[in-house]
Amino acid sequence: MSISDQIVDSLVRNKVEFVTTVPCKQLAGVIEGVEASPDIMHVPSNKEDEGMGLCAGAWMGGKRPCIIMQNTAIGVTINTLATLTQFYQMPLPMLISYRGELGERVACQVEMAVHTKALLDQLNIQTYHFHRPEDVSEMDTILNHTFMSRKPTAILTDSNFWGGY
Amino acid sequence: MIRSDILKELVPVITDELVVCNIGLPSQELHMLDDQPSNFYMLGTMGLASSIGLGLALNQKAKVLTIDGDGSILTNLGTLPTIANNPADNFILLIIDNGSYGSTGDQPTYAGKKTSLTAVARACGCDNVIECSAEDTVATVTEALKGDKMTIIVSKCESGNVKVPVIELDAPVIKHRFMEEVKRRNA
Ligand SMILES: [Mg+2]
Repeated sequence: MSISDQIVDSLVRNKVEFVTTVPCKQLAGVIEGVEASPDIMHVPSNKEDEGMGLCAGAWMGGKRPCIIMQNTAIGVTINTLATLTQFYQMPLPMLISYRGELGERVACQVEMAVHTKALLDQLNIQTYHFHRPEDVSEMDTILNHTFMSRKPTAILTDSNFWGGY
Repeated sequence: MIRSDILKELVPVITDELVVCNIGLPSQELHMLDDQPSNFYMLGTMGLASSIGLGLALNQKAKVLTIDGDGSILTNLGTLPTIANNPADNFILLIIDNGSYGSTGDQPTYAGKKTSLTAVARACGCDNVIECSAEDTVATVTEALKGDKMTIIVSKCESGNVKVPVIELDAPVIKHRFMEEVKRRNA
């Protein structure tokens, strides 16, 4: 089974029923899977902070949410993470494509990559870095942990994890 | 009429509804006029009231009213295409359009100049957009709440603020009691 399918399966297994996405090439397979899944409502958003608002509403509506986005979004969403997700104590797993790591071909992506972990660390967001394909086996535990803790968590998935560019 | 006049008239109509209220003075005014567990007050994060309201409406059955502002919609303009393309017939978005950023000292917004949020919402694909005067707002909201169609209401009013205390409820308390109300309505 492809990594993308394993991720979608894990979302469904953990009763994640609402997913919002802002696309990235690496995440295309997951986004397709989410769209195709009869167990998940998929609402694409135009910007990641908007997506986090949708997720907050979904959570209060009784559904487990997830946001899928690029690491550049961390720069866009700091205020929302602090004053909505964290301040109101809401869970939010963030499945993030970690652009700008080894194998990257677009130099500008590195500019946010060098800040990504530092920003997540500054926000006290528990962060899991998927570097090898087998790391996908941690998805279930991370999702479970996120909904238990009522906090945002970050899963950074780099190019090596996805099998290179 | 200014926003607080509209809210005062609106209270009897919305007191029993799930309300997601915009950051700043709108939330503070609603909290002062009629604090209810069915009100979700935004204490931070400008712009996201409509997104939270849509996310909530799409994921449970009860009616949801978001009380938003023109400045806040302009901050998160991407929300309108998302609303248009993911309609929830239990969702009503009330944009109180006073042409200014009320909570920060009434600086003018573009919605009070050349930009029509009604036209923007329609251009984004929202099917049921109603522009009304401040005076007609309560009747328009009442009608929308009775119906079963997602509705965007743009209420044109004057800018201006009244003195209101800040909300001292803890954010997780606001969330918790609101979620209990959501559960009760969906039981
Ligand atoms: Mg305004």
